[in-house]
Amino acid sequence: MLRAMSLMAIFVFALIRPVTAADAVNPQADFKAFRDYFTKKFPNVPLNDFVNGPYSMDAGLRKQWLEIDQFPPYDFAIDRGKQMFAKPFKNGKTYGDCFPNKGIGIRQNYPYFDEKSGQVITLELALNQCREANGEAPYSYVKDEMASLTAYMAFTSRGKPFDIKIPNDPRALAAYEKGEEYFYTRRGQLNFSCASCHVQSAGEHIRTEMLAPALGILAAMPIYRSEWNGMGTISRRFVTCNSQVRGVPLPPQDELYRDVEYYLSYMSNGLPIAGPGTRP
Amino acid sequence: MSVALGGHGPYDSAMNCKTAQAMLWLVALAVGLPVFAISAALAQTPAPAGQALAFDRSKGNCLTCHVITGGDAPGNVGPALNNMKQRFPDRKQLAAIIFDETKRNPLTVMPPFGRNLILTRQEIESIIDFLYTR
Ligand code: HEC
Ligand code: HEC
Repeated sequence: MLRAMSLMAIFVFALIRPVTAADAVNPQADFKAFRDYFTKKFPNVPLNDFVNGPYSMDAGLRKQWLEIDQFPPYDFAIDRGKQMFAKPFKNGKTYGDCFPNKGIGIRQNYPYFDEKSGQVITLELALNQCREANGEAPYSYVKDEMASLTAYMAFTSRGKPFDIKIPNDPRALAAYEKGEEYFYTRRGQLNFSCASCHVQSAGEHIRTEMLAPALGILAAMPIYRSEWNGMGTISRRFVTCNSQVRGVPLPPQDELYRDVEYYLSYMSNGLPIAGPGTRP
Repeated sequence: MSVALGGHGPYDSAMNCKTAQAMLWLVALAVGLPVFAISAALAQTPAPAGQALAFDRSKGNCLTCHVITGGDAPGNVGPALNNMKQRFPDRKQLAAIIFDETKRNPLTVMPPFGRNLILTRQEIESIIDFLYTR
């Protein structure tokens, strides 16, 4: 089993992270290798079910989840986000004025590469940019208001497939590549890459926690976690995962984290938005 | 996962290991015991000391990934650690695996406990004493 695991890892690493520097970045080829890896590793998980993370691969967890979801613990966040969306800023404008389609049903298009600023723009970043452009102070990226706003925006986008584009712009490709590289690079005293846990060990347990597969891993964000006793955003999850390996986390919404989000979301193209979610 | 890895991010409540070490010192000072006396006491009972190191979330935390008889809530990323004496009669080999398993398997997810200074040589030896009882 171990040999098989290592071989699989070699297989996926060889395909996803070409080692020779001369190789050109090829998001389409990465996408195919990534998807094949997960669908082969978990032949019984329907493709769209990957967005449910651990619940897609453990019958017991799934049962608990379906029970909890009768009264979802993230409902308050959706309600609050909806109210915040409706309430005008001091200048009379609203969040809706900052987004296409008034911000409704657009979660699946984030993050996107902005050719004007030459950067990856995530939903969390766009929300704070919207606030600042309207003379309001930015929110903390990790929970509370930010989690409520993104919970509401995800909720209005449920079921819509991720549609992440990499424009024909060398800077976009470079951002993708940086995100990919970060994802596969080991760091911290414990020497883990994101992929050590969410690709190589996906579906296995560290202590009692099941490691979510990287395919579709952002679709259910933001999430309510009992361990957090509340909601957490993508930023919160990235920072937490980095700290766990006794590494130094980046600041939330650091350019590199946004690149990682770009890479991971592109890998999930076609999978439905399922947020907000709950996790054990 | 903070629980699983004994990690300590800014958003986790788990105590970090520096704090834990500092507290050990404080306790030692408070009860007027030199820390070397505590270490000496631990050294006299190798297997229990090794067990503590292997199970402690801020030290070996081997249970995160391995089933070990006597340990609660193990993970399953690595194989169960049992029949250790029969399977690893060569102590040096076992030490090498714990010190830096990436030498044997560059793709392993097992942390290089010795190389990255998570465990000292002595602590690794003490964990081996304990593993030989499983
Ligand atoms: C040592 C293991 C480990 C490493 C390394 C790690 N994570 Fe995680 N991650 C976890 C655990 C445990 C959870 C919570 C359980 C789960 O997977 O849902 C988690 C959850 C997540 C989630 C939420 C998934 C969900 O369904 O709730 C995301 C997103 C995520 N990690 C991204 C990352 C990224 C990006 C990195 C690298 C910067 C990373 N992780 C590194 C262990 C790890
Ligand atoms: C994050 C996961 C993880 C942690 C923590 C971990 N290991 Fe491992 N360990 C593995 C994996 C995976 C293997 C399988 C071999 C490989 O990957 O090269 C392994 C293999 C081993 C082996 C060889 C077992 C065999 O039957 O071949 C020993 C011995 C071992 N580990 C001891 C330990 C000890 C002692 C600790 C704690 C001090 C520890 N491990 C912590 C993941 C881990």
